[in-house]
Amino acid sequence: MSEVAHVSHDDHHDDHGHHHKETFVTKYIFSQDHKMISKQYLITGLIMGFIGIAMSLLFRMQLAWPGESFGIFEAVLGKWAPDGVMDADIYLALVTIHGTLMVFFVLTQGLSGTFSNLLIPLQIGARDMASGFMNMLSYWMFFVSSVIMIISLFVEAGPAAAGWTIYPPLSALPMAQPGSGMGMTLWLVSMAIFIASSLLGSLNYIVTVINLRTKGMSMTRLPLTIWAFFVTAIIGVVSFPVLLSAALLLIMDRSFGTSFFLSDIFIQGEVLHYQGGSPVLYEHLFWFLGHPEVYIVLLPALGITSEVMSTNARKPIFGYRAMVASILAIAFLSTIVWGHHMFVSGMNPFLGSVFTFTTLLIAIPSAVKAFNYITTLWKGNLQLNPAMLFSIGLVSTFITGGLTGIILGDSTLDINVHDTYFVVAHFHLVMGISALYGMFAGIYHWFPKMFQGRMMNKNLGYVHFWITAVCAYGVFFPMHFVGMAGVPRRYYENTAFPMFDELTNVQVLMTVFAIIAGLAQLIFVYNFISSIFYGKKGPVNPWGSNTLEWTTPQEHIHGNWPGEIPHVYRWAYDYSKTYENGEYIIAGQDFVPQNVPLQENEEELNH
Amino acid sequence: MTALLTLAVLVLVAIAIWQMTKIFELSQTKTERAEIANDSDNKNNGYLLFAFLIFIYGITIFSFAKYAKMLLPEAASEHGGDYDQLMLVSMGIIFFVQTVTQALLHYFGYKYRGQKGRKALFFADNDRLEFIWTIIPVIVLAGLILWGLYTWTNIMDVNEDDDPLVVELYAQQFNWTARYAGDDNVLGNANVRLIDINNANVLGLDESDPNAEDDIIVKELHLPVGRKVNFKMRSQDVLHSAYMPHFRAQMNCVPGMITQFSFTPTVTTEDMRLNPDIVDKVKRTNAIRAENAKDPWEFDYVLLCNKICGKSHYNMQMKIIVETEEEYNKWIAEQKTFKETVMVDETAQASNTTEVADVELNETASVE
Repeated sequence: MSEVAHVSHDDHHDDHGHHHKETFVTKYIFSQDHKMISKQYLITGLIMGFIGIAMSLLFRMQLAWPGESFGIFEAVLGKWAPDGVMDADIYLALVTIHGTLMVFFVLTQGLSGTFSNLLIPLQIGARDMASGFMNMLSYWMFFVSSVIMIISLFVEAGPAAAGWTIYPPLSALPMAQPGSGMGMTLWLVSMAIFIASSLLGSLNYIVTVINLRTKGMSMTRLPLTIWAFFVTAIIGVVSFPVLLSAALLLIMDRSFGTSFFLSDIFIQGEVLHYQGGSPVLYEHLFWFLGHPEVYIVLLPALGITSEVMSTNARKPIFGYRAMVASILAIAFLSTIVWGHHMFVSGMNPFLGSVFTFTTLLIAIPSAVKAFNYITTLWKGNLQLNPAMLFSIGLVSTFITGGLTGIILGDSTLDINVHDTYFVVAHFHLVMGISALYGMFAGIYHWFPKMFQGRMMNKNLGYVHFWITAVCAYGVFFPMHFVGMAGVPRRYYENTAFPMFDELTNVQVLMTVFAIIAGLAQLIFVYNFISSIFYGKKGPVNPWGSNTLEWTTPQEHIHGNWPGEIPHVYRWAYDYSKTYENGEYIIAGQDFVPQNVPLQENEEELNH
Repeated sequence: MTALLTLAVLVLVAIAIWQMTKIFELSQTKTERAEIANDSDNKNNGYLLFAFLIFIYGITIFSFAKYAKMLLPEAASEHGGDYDQLMLVSMGIIFFVQTVTQALLHYFGYKYRGQKGRKALFFADNDRLEFIWTIIPVIVLAGLILWGLYTWTNIMDVNEDDDPLVVELYAQQFNWTARYAGDDNVLGNANVRLIDINNANVLGLDESDPNAEDDIIVKELHLPVGRKVNFKMRSQDVLHSAYMPHFRAQMNCVPGMITQFSFTPTVTTEDMRLNPDIVDKVKRTNAIRAENAKDPWEFDYVLLCNKICGKSHYNMQMKIIVETEEEYNKWIAEQKTFKETVMVDETAQASNTTEVADVELNETASVE
């Protein structure tokens, strides 16, 4: 015991020495401290999110009022909106970059990068990530890839515009579409760097969770957040390299004349030399990442929800082991369902059958999770903080969006709704909105941990939540009907088909909701920024939470804990645990933090 | 006008936000832990959760009432009936689950809203409950999987039984071309490398393949009702997707390979125009079109492109006409074959320019 104490004392001493050498650059820019890196991720992600959402508002306006002139188009898009009327090429570019930014830059690195970095060391009781340097490298590569992606918006021929899935040949041939020139090259370079960044981050998360857990923190005592981040990182390591290979092969096809994905092409009056490649191969490679990516986005959000919901319900999460099992099952299944994006791609129909089977299987662990969340609320003492509302909102959109997955995952039913607005509605609810809610829940909940105990204004938080919640359904619920009426996605306008004329009204409704939702995010931006500087300081453990991060001081110090790292004696969910006589374990307190040893006569019910 | 309306909405929303913040603020007693939910926050938001449940039901009912009539009409193909039935049952199941789970979620959020001093129940596990809600989805999904796979296998089984009509759908930026196999009902070989625009061989048919001679190339798809059609899809440039929503049919067109889909149309265009749903839809649509000073619309089946393919992706379409066998035969007889359009032109050209013997013609050909 004394030796442990001694060692940690030395640690502390070293840290202290380190402190004096910190300059502005090492503290705020090239920081190796996980807490600072997490804030860097968050702010970069939020900026990218701001751009991505703004783009969606622009193209939603075009959809609702096709061909109409708007001053804002001319102001923002310049030559791409002559006389304020949006050009068809830039419409596709906006759709493409919106997808790319939201999926990769906001919901992958913005969400996972922020909260994995913040919470893994703090919740498992580690002084920092396994490799602080790699962690720093990971962020700066993310930053570089973000900058390149933004630069690509300003190239002469326009940014990448082949859809976020950039299927070749459209993405490979500059003569097929202006965006497939320099814009696409930059897109690919940016994504290659992004993938490297994500891999460095993920490897770090995995190693940290495996090696640096504090004494007593067995895997079965890990908070569900950590389980989610850990498994997410594993899926990332398994699947992102495949996207890198797809990107590299596409770069080869584009620049060095190979024919991995191209064959038999006649365009603009001439036959190209490509022979023997297959675009379907690209689709396989892309979706081998693309589908796990959905869960890379979603699992951290679900992890955050588990933690926030349990804390605010003042109840243990229902079915901890089932939750862990479903995370693992979802992770495993997510790597063998990619073909459901390709039912009508021309691949063998038998493969379609296999993918239908695996896809519908994934509904089972998802259903278990949803039911467990609902049961967690049952007979709770719900503290309806903004983070809690966003968590409940997540479960709601996760159910609504997830259920339509049963339609799309069924190869038969997919035939007629494939690539229509039905798909757009489905994935925006189940992964877009849900993951954003998870991110907001995380931000409201751990804001005090990130910003020295300052808290976000709860009233603005409530307003933010309720407007967003209403508008999210307002945008995406009617959208299912548009899809079932047969309207394809990625149409610049729907006026070329009289059969879609009467659906323009629905588009107007959705766009109005979208604009209101977009404006509501400004409330969040204001709340976020002003709270960083002027937020009221709350108590050390504002939500009465069990996990270890709330045992650290509010002021950030290098190494997280000033003294010894706390030991862990119980799981993270001893909320409202009582003795047989109905008294709380710790008198007058409805939670027992993980670092509190088992009390006399206390039965260890879980782990 | 729309700008004014939008502006008005935005102003109202801003006022609503301001008022909501005020209500939240007034309802709070001043305590030091101001940013943590207190009893009145829990109460307000608990009620709001309940209201939100009503909102979800409301928007569902509203959408059905207003938009259900805009959905696609009954399927116009043989397998489309099975498709619609499976869709109906699946939708029934998911709406049931949606209604129940959203109710539980939001009702619990309202019912168990926090109060000071209230004790939550320490309820961490229950094997029986978890077993129940694992096994029920398993059973339901197993049923849906089996039914879905059975239908899928039937739909995707493209075979030569029942003397199908063979039609090629040829996609390019940004239009469709159809090629009928002609009297022999066999499509001639084709490759983009054989495209000869100057001679109007736009689909790259192999002129030396006898099967190509009677092929018929058209810009409008005519299908005889009740006869199975085997579609072979090709694309010459980028990915496209042949989407025929009224027939519940879709297949991507992939450069470098031939994909296929098969269905039997069951309702002629004329009969579909008399379908009451379509009559109403046309009436509604033409009312809107009249407002915007557009020509009135008459219903037609369409083939759309449903895979992003570039600038004019949104306007890549072809009309489909389903008609009786006699009408179809009459129409197809009027069309020129490949031999009549392209190959005849060539021979005519050759004989016009040089009145030479066969031997010499062969020589020129080989020099070329």
